[in-house]
Amino acid sequence: MVTEFTPIASMLGGILVGISAVMLMAFNGRIAGISGIVGRLLPPYAGGDVGGAASFILGLLAAPLVYAAATGAPFAQNVSGNAALMAGAGVLVGFGAGLGGGCTSGHGVCGIARLSPRSLVATAIFMATGFATVFVMRHVVGG
Amino acid sequence: MRAAVNFIAGLIFGLGLLISGMANPAKVQNFLDLAGTFDPSLILVMFGAVVVTLIGYRFVLRRPRPLLAERFLVPTLKDFDGRLVIGAGLFGIGWGLSGFCPGPAITSLLLLAKGTFIFVPAMLVGIGLARILTQASLPAGRVIPAASSED
Repeated sequence: MVTEFTPIASMLGGILVGISAVMLMAFNGRIAGISGIVGRLLPPYAGGDVGGAASFILGLLAAPLVYAAATGAPFAQNVSGNAALMAGAGVLVGFGAGLGGGCTSGHGVCGIARLSPRSLVATAIFMATGFATVFVMRHVVGG
Repeated sequence: MRAAVNFIAGLIFGLGLLISGMANPAKVQNFLDLAGTFDPSLILVMFGAVVVTLIGYRFVLRRPRPLLAERFLVPTLKDFDGRLVIGAGLFGIGWGLSGFCPGPAITSLLLLAKGTFIFVPAMLVGIGLARILTQASLPAGRVIPAASSED
């Protein structure tokens, strides 16, 4: 399915993500890594500040409601309904982020902004396996 | 105060993912589809986010401490290890298969797509499995600081 290149909206959305990341560092002294924030809501709660993590997640959940109220239409998305695929992908994303110490936000945004070599490497790797996966899925298997 | 700040930060983050289009898995998968329906939007999202964060962190981290916490919890690990490489590699496979990473998946929950309701619990299971694995394989007595193990 073709999606339109949206340079202005995408840059603007990225700037909002950056503002949120700077807010979390300024107020909480923490990285805006979503897998880490979600992980703080799971036992044994070793990451601390469970309340802060829960409030952040509530904000994330509220975003599409605010978006729909502001634009007058719900956000349009295409999510695969293939249960086995989504279950497998979910486990891989969660396990990979947990093992690799971060995801697209923690490594890809905050880590790169800190010029962390680990995050640069992690981002290069998940981009590479992401490119390879979509290539195989769409052009080798799917066609 | 703390709850309000975190809620607003989460709301801004989520709106950023929606406005940028990154909460649409099709758009993310098209970024990853260089040989097909390529959509470069994701790189501009990263660019915008990284530039703002890079500049913002410069100012914020110059302060003695955060406004609502005792100290900055910035990851300190420097070495590459098997965990980072394998973790990032597996993450990218799941990301490519679904077009979802953790932020967009959670922001999408109230958009009520069936696939999201499958993906998010599976992701929590994955995070739990990684935690069990990494804690089981740690040498006895070694404590990983919270901020450096998960960023």
